[in-house]
Amino acid sequence: MSTLLAVSRPTEWNFPLFVHVLGAMILVGGLLAGASSIAFARGDTRFLRLGYWTLLFVALPGYIVMRIGAEWLYMKEGWDDLPDSAVPVWLDIGYIVADAGALLTLIALIVGGIGVRRLRDGKGEGLIKAAMVIALLVLAAALVAVWAMSGKPD
Amino acid sequence: MSFDDWLLVLHVLAAFAFVAGMVVFWMLIYAVRRTDTPEGTIRMEPIVKVGSAATGIGAGGTIIFGIWLAFSVGNYDIWDPWIIAALILWAATGAVGGRTSKEYLAGMTKAKELEHAGQAGPNAELLALNRTQSGLVLHTIGSVLLLLILIDMIWKPGA
Repeated sequence: MSTLLAVSRPTEWNFPLFVHVLGAMILVGGLLAGASSIAFARGDTRFLRLGYWTLLFVALPGYIVMRIGAEWLYMKEGWDDLPDSAVPVWLDIGYIVADAGALLTLIALIVGGIGVRRLRDGKGEGLIKAAMVIALLVLAAALVAVWAMSGKPD
Repeated sequence: MSFDDWLLVLHVLAAFAFVAGMVVFWMLIYAVRRTDTPEGTIRMEPIVKVGSAATGIGAGGTIIFGIWLAFSVGNYDIWDPWIIAALILWAATGAVGGRTSKEYLAGMTKAKELEHAGQAGPNAELLALNRTQSGLVLHTIGSVLLLLILIDMIWKPGA
């Protein structure tokens, strides 16, 4: 049971876990904040830009911190010493979401970045909205990862 | 997954919502500090609602599922020092959050008054309210308290 594992977790895992969770929380917060700003912009370029910069300067750093913590923890817990077949499902879910999330976040930032550039010419809102949709997808996937990481299903 | 595992999942998801709400408010604080028009201020209201919903779900969920876990999981007791510390920090975060909300609502109220009076242009008093220093300090304190809760949850001092 994951709760029992949490009680008996070696103390040297705590700091990497803290880095991992804090990064994930900032990532989720950045995605929610950025997507909300774009969703409620109603054509106001100030909010479209704010949403995009939030994705870039909050969600992306959050992802990087989360991933650093994840890899650190992966090594500390000794998963890298085990064969792939021994890796539990919850960890696979976490990695799938993290890898796909990285790719999608990058696409959202590129698409949104082009959109922000085009705002000067009165265009680009559609591209920023597309970035918002991708951000919401990553947010939903991140919540699935939170479920997998904390519930640790078999 | 056992019932306790599900409780833990809901507790952790609520914690994520809590922090996400705080991040939304950080973004709004950044934006509102450069806003001196009633329209610009009022436009933030739907995003304020997103932040309020996230912090509300987060605060409620963490305390409900957290206390439930404390009673349900055999290894924990509600009087464990780290759980008592978390409860105190949670209450402090709520109190600080309430005061922060009051600080920033003053700007929103002023913006609505100005709009009703037909004053759409930049307003120095509105800008001053939106740039509330005590609001900024309170939100910083709230964020630090939330960070301390996370530290407490991970290190579980005294467990």
